[in-house]
Amino acid sequence: MNCSGSGRDATRSVGFGTKRGRAAAAVALAMLVGASCVRNPPPVEPEPTAPPPGAEEVARGRPDRPAPRPNPRPAAPLPPVLPEEDEFTTRSLEEINRDSPLSPVFFAYDSSELDGEAQVVLEANADVLMQFPTWVVTIEGHCDERGTPEYNLGLGERRALAVRDHLVRLGLPVSQLRTVSYGKEFPFAPGNDEASWAANRRAHFVITAQ
Amino acid sequence: MKNSSRSLVSVAALALAAGGAVVLTEQPPDDARSPQRSQVDLIIGDRIGSQPRFAVPDCLASDGEPELITAGRILAQVLWDDLDFEREFRMLPRDTYSTVPPARSLTDLPFQAWQELGADGVVSCALTSLADGRISVRARLFNTRSLESAFGVEYSGTLRNVRVYAHELSDEIHRQQRGLEGVARSRITFVSDRDSESVLGLVENRQTKEVYIADYDGANAQRVTVSRSLNVTPTWSVNGRAVAYTSWRNGPPDVFISHIYEGRLESPLGGTVDIHNWLPSYSPDGRWLAFTSNRDGNPEVYVSRTDGTDLRRLTNHPGIDTSPTWSPLGLQIAFTSNRTGSPQIYVVGVDGTGLRRITFESYCDRPTWSPAPYNEIAYASRTGPGYDIKVVDLATNEVRQLTFGLGSNESPSYAANGRHLVFSSDRTGDRQLFLIGRDGRGLRRITNDGNNEMPGWSR
Repeated sequence: MNCSGSGRDATRSVGFGTKRGRAAAAVALAMLVGASCVRNPPPVEPEPTAPPPGAEEVARGRPDRPAPRPNPRPAAPLPPVLPEEDEFTTRSLEEINRDSPLSPVFFAYDSSELDGEAQVVLEANADVLMQFPTWVVTIEGHCDERGTPEYNLGLGERRALAVRDHLVRLGLPVSQLRTVSYGKEFPFAPGNDEASWAANRRAHFVITAQ
Repeated sequence: MKNSSRSLVSVAALALAAGGAVVLTEQPPDDARSPQRSQVDLIIGDRIGSQPRFAVPDCLASDGEPELITAGRILAQVLWDDLDFEREFRMLPRDTYSTVPPARSLTDLPFQAWQELGADGVVSCALTSLADGRISVRARLFNTRSLESAFGVEYSGTLRNVRVYAHELSDEIHRQQRGLEGVARSRITFVSDRDSESVLGLVENRQTKEVYIADYDGANAQRVTVSRSLNVTPTWSVNGRAVAYTSWRNGPPDVFISHIYEGRLESPLGGTVDIHNWLPSYSPDGRWLAFTSNRDGNPEVYVSRTDGTDLRRLTNHPGIDTSPTWSPLGLQIAFTSNRTGSPQIYVVGVDGTGLRRITFESYCDRPTWSPAPYNEIAYASRTGPGYDIKVVDLATNEVRQLTFGLGSNESPSYAANGRHLVFSSDRTGDRQLFLIGRDGRGLRRITNDGNNEMPGWSR
């Protein structure tokens, strides 16, 4: 339960109790968590690249890459307070994602529908992306742990696609947007409670090209 | 019945698994061409339908070599477990054999003592060192009353993996004594975080999952993927020489096929940054893959040849359609769809006709169609906070439940003979793989290391 510990403990310590996880609660949770202790994604490596085909032999090792550095990240603002434009053009992808101007959106259980709050967030994200037309953003679809791992791969894809389609309706070119589903494989909050589930039912934005 | 050429094929596969040459130098006495009558005479047991009682004492080791003594104990124990697994024989516990004097040779056994213990049959085996550093494994199955050898076999090979001799013996005994195709030489592929590393990419705190293969009893686990990325939903090719799975190694999910004995990797389904493919499933003839893809803007089920050609879309609905599995003849596909609001199992012909809903429960996924002769589909069904394994009989629509709320039980997959399933469960805390009979009996845990999930049983 301290800030030097893993993100898990920090997240669990945020006492959202048994409150039913609505999107608002989840956004607030994400902010609260971000502001306190959780270590958030800090980008170290470039996009994964495919090893040569032969590399897939049984039990064949591959040299380790340096482990990503832990890096506390401030809360995602809502709506985003945009830093100066040149600040983004001079910073690396890793730095931009660490302090991302794009906020996640949250979903109800087993749903890929965008509620009013999610739409407000997406409008703000669209404004940012329109200012940086060279950016390519990957929309990650995530699910809570209650579904099966197989079905959740489809649900995560649906969430990412719903967000992409909404951003296209808001005027963004589809070429700026990528989707990927991670199902329930990469939870943001590891708890087995409503607050963690709400935090994990999300579309998460990662800027993958500047 | 098998003929001898088929036996030789299985021995070739065995040699490969053992990493050394294994040669069947003696055919079982009941060649397929012998008259039916004499085969019946060699079957051990009192009457049809009874369970003959078998004993498997430690194998004899030539010259008392410690290495061979250990190997002989392992071989006997693994064979006992394999024979126990199919429940065709009443296996006499190995810790009750102390009153029986050791055999003087492969064929000179204290038959009366075994009879007193209640054994109808005894497996006698002997390990001998050969001049070239390899070993010879000889085994006989004796009827303790007639004193006849019902079965005899000899292998030679390395000491590296004695378990494989036991598995081969078990399958031979089941075939010869019960006309049953055993699964002792089958393998299971699964996903584990046992060697987890951080994923390569722009987001921290994400851990890899890799694909593994192991013997059906969990022994000899080997890692298949080494990609520093997420890898899930592995499934065996029909010939057992490749594993197909979903991997994020290039960024978005795509189906990859690892030809594990050739060190070759392919991704035939045309995945790109925008086209994603996941959850592959081989047709029973091994020539087709069913899978889920977003290529038309929504998760739908598709079928193509294993090289990616002849692509056909099987489902067309704005909901999620996913998790395909083939019927034993390859004419129908079962899949999961949330088209009525919650995930349920449906069946459709491979030509897209004859769609029908199979389950009417709160949440069902991961259908797995049993191999013949059982006309049934196993799936994970939400029964509370977690899932239980259920089986629906397609002839009667009757549903039977195999697990009962102990942990969350998910991702069932059938053994090739349809008599067993493997599934994952967190009933012990971590997520582990378990085997269970199709009647819900005979639960066995087969993994211990890390978390293990999403198993696929070889054909």
